[in-house]
Amino acid sequence: MMRAAVVRFPGSNCDMDALRAAERSGCQAYFVWHRDDDLQQADAVLLPGGFSYGDYLRSGAIARFSPIMQAVQRHAADGGPVLGICNGFQILCEAGLLPGALLPNAGLTFVSRPVPVRVENVATPFTMAYHKGETLHIPVAHGDGRFVAAPDTIDELESSGRVVLRYVDHGNPNGSTAGIAGICSSEGNVVGIMPHPERIVDPAIGDDSGSRFFSSLAQWRAAGSNTPVTTSV
Amino acid sequence: MNFRVHIRVMPRDGLLDPQGQAVEHALTDLAFDGVSSVRVGRAIEVGVAADSPGDAETTTRRMCERLLANPVTEDFLIEVEPA
Repeated sequence: MMRAAVVRFPGSNCDMDALRAAERSGCQAYFVWHRDDDLQQADAVLLPGGFSYGDYLRSGAIARFSPIMQAVQRHAADGGPVLGICNGFQILCEAGLLPGALLPNAGLTFVSRPVPVRVENVATPFTMAYHKGETLHIPVAHGDGRFVAAPDTIDELESSGRVVLRYVDHGNPNGSTAGIAGICSSEGNVVGIMPHPERIVDPAIGDDSGSRFFSSLAQWRAAGSNTPVTTSV
Repeated sequence: MNFRVHIRVMPRDGLLDPQGQAVEHALTDLAFDGVSSVRVGRAIEVGVAADSPGDAETTTRRMCERLLANPVTEDFLIEVEPA
């Protein structure tokens, strides 16, 4: 059984949803506190959404210096899967585990609604259970979701297949460059996404298409867990 | 010696600054003619104990690079004055 550590920062608010989503998909999920320095033999790490440290200074800017983030850095460097959702994505960018940054939405309003996104990379540990090109309707809930990066970084992400999710059907809610809603690291094991798949994992609320982000982990392990996930340039 | 360091963190030129645009529209609506290129950034003040103004600036530069500014999207300006 995959062990999934859900990191709790002061201000995390999607931590319980992330834990339950992982549990429903067959993971043994548990919380670790931001002051901990040990992931307790986690196979995968989930950085949940919320407003860590009040998002003071910039979203994710202070959370990245938490003691637990050193353990997350080591886990990622060893090839371990890390999924950052919303604030978790912002933290991964601030920590340098993913390139780019997430700036205030172009419309300056907080957006909270389901948006259409296309799954473009199905080789990561969190997207293996999807079909390439599949469109999902996943809720977003953020004020700082506009993905930006230097033009050569965007080119590199595009040409190496590192855009994992993209807003489609005129559904870009925040002005993200090229409609980018989620990306992965060059090795593919670190994934950051703005939409919240953990909010749609139960048919009782009408849609469970987010659950495969979590059930993909078992598939990733079964596949040998070292499959390269990006196409070379 | 104690110094008061003023740091100005600004969105990098060329990046969309929706806050600056919104403020610019509001100023125009208030009939301030000739307003253009409004940018909204952040001012931070830090008390720094250092041997010289140069040392205070060097320390502050490291603070900016590590935490106070995002190297991907922001530029910063440092001014050191005696506390």
